[in-house]
Amino acid sequence: MRFRLPFAPLVALRFLREGRMQTLLILAGTTGGVAVIVFLTQLITQLQAQIVDRVLGTQPHVVIRPLEEANRRAFDDPAAAVVIEPRAQRLRSVDQWENVARLAAAMPGVTAVSPTVTGPAFAVRGQANKSVALMGIDAERYRRIVRMEEYMVAGRFAVDGTRAVIGSELAKDLGIRLEDKLRVALPNGRDELLQVGGIFDIGNKDLNRRWVFVTLPLAQSLLDLPGGVSNLDLTVADIFDAQAIATRLQGATGLTVDSWMQTNAQLLAALRNQTVSNNLIRSFVILIVALGIASVLVVSVVQKQKEIGILRAMGASRAMILQVFLIQGALVGAVGSILGSLLAFGLLNMFSAIYRNADGSPLFAAQLEPRFIVLAALVATGVGLASALIPARRAAKMDPVQAIRA
Amino acid sequence: MNAPVIELVGLTKAYNIGTPVEAEVLHGIDLSLAQGEFAALIGPSGSGKSTLLNIIGLLERPSGGRLSIGGRDTAALPEAEITALRGRSIGFVFQFHHLLPAFSALENVMMPTIIARGAPDDEAEATALQLLDAVGLKAHAHKKPAELSGGQQQRVAIARALALRPRLILADEPTGNLDTHTADDIFALLRAFNQQTGCACLIVTHDPRLAARCDRTIQLVDGSIASAG
Repeated sequence: MRFRLPFAPLVALRFLREGRMQTLLILAGTTGGVAVIVFLTQLITQLQAQIVDRVLGTQPHVVIRPLEEANRRAFDDPAAAVVIEPRAQRLRSVDQWENVARLAAAMPGVTAVSPTVTGPAFAVRGQANKSVALMGIDAERYRRIVRMEEYMVAGRFAVDGTRAVIGSELAKDLGIRLEDKLRVALPNGRDELLQVGGIFDIGNKDLNRRWVFVTLPLAQSLLDLPGGVSNLDLTVADIFDAQAIATRLQGATGLTVDSWMQTNAQLLAALRNQTVSNNLIRSFVILIVALGIASVLVVSVVQKQKEIGILRAMGASRAMILQVFLIQGALVGAVGSILGSLLAFGLLNMFSAIYRNADGSPLFAAQLEPRFIVLAALVATGVGLASALIPARRAAKMDPVQAIRA
Repeated sequence: MNAPVIELVGLTKAYNIGTPVEAEVLHGIDLSLAQGEFAALIGPSGSGKSTLLNIIGLLERPSGGRLSIGGRDTAALPEAEITALRGRSIGFVFQFHHLLPAFSALENVMMPTIIARGAPDDEAEATALQLLDAVGLKAHAHKKPAELSGGQQQRVAIARALALRPRLILADEPTGNLDTHTADDIFALLRAFNQQTGCACLIVTHDPRLAARCDRTIQLVDGSIASAG
């Protein structure tokens, strides 16, 4: 026995096929709506991920620092007029940083901890000198905070003894090539002759000019911070958990703990606003598509009045008529979501060919995540079903005698 | 005498009940139709023929009195059962055939069975083909109603009315818009099925020639039965 469609889908399909022009128009509307939503969602998700990736590519997710030093009132007479001068912050070590590092590493969600000593210095070569940030690190551990090996243009990202890694801008400014010598001088009078073992280009000219990586012990001695570190850099598994982890760490250590979400509050606000406006656009598109489906079905119910009456006279129940129109709505939504996803894929391909980054690579990948297609299909079918509800109920309520006479 | 297929006792129908323009169109109709009876319902326009037919066909509910179908009082039945009873026991033939334009002749004939069983099946198709064969349209089974002539459309409608072997066929001027020759054909077809299957037929007609060929003529004047053969 061959497969035969049951009553409601059979009649729904025939009705849709019969109202050819209407069906095409409403399908086009639904397709367009789904395409806009899928395209926009995919585009914004990708662009946001890229922005976040680019920003976080050069900074740790969470940084632990010593508490800032503050002057306190000497005596507690509230009536006395007191002026408290803010104190200048000198370079200090994170107290018992090994313990803090162990505690941070054990915290769920933290994937890497790297101790760093940073302080100001001058890079001197011949008559030229440039102000730089001296970064004392353990190269192996730092790599898990910033993926430096990906940014190397010459040499390797490794520090040892007096071997250092500098940025491409600083190398250019001072005319330095790999294995050349470079002197760093510090405000406290110390200085050291470094040998350049690697040159990086991190994609940010300012950082390319400022960062000078040396070993942890060398930086400690140059900056008068023997055995100490100025901050602990952390990487977390889920970047949007960073703030929660920072808060927990602050509670556990009593130190200053900043997440990227605080240091880049503006970026985060921008991303959130973008998400909100994206949601707003999506809601309106869904509403318009729903109204479109509903209005076409309302017209179709009026046009099919006679057929509804005939079906009722032949014994079709109200529920059967209701199903016929609900299925029409759901079908339009489902087919529209498939066509819309295809259209969105086409748009993504087209726009990724047009829009390119500064380096010529595509601004975004022309790919469609399956979960977006599944989601779009579910939402569109649901919206189709919901918008068919009013017309379908009207059809079901129709009096067969009136319907046949019309 | 067989048990009555339909029985009406003191049946009334009024519109706009309780308003100043209340209008009673049927006043206390008493009527019964036995199994196998072939009756004509005649009367001038506006006498309430169509309303009576719609009430007997369970498309409208009476305002008063009693309507029994196959011995079952319909007044107490809920909407869903009325619908099911209508589908199972009554076949309609309308003046303007009222076929579904989106479906082929065969599918139109299958439709009552599809509705009753929820889905089409091979048996329904075989029965529908037999019926189309019986009305002489087997060759046109896969044509849409629009591709058929008026007489052919009405024959499809008759085949459809017979699909579920109903106890009662109600025909509202089935030959009203057909030429005399075709009208005779259609009438003969109804008569033949009536004799073969033993279903009762109630045919509304304006044509005294056709009415004279029925077993019985029921005359309706101003909402009351003037003569019931």
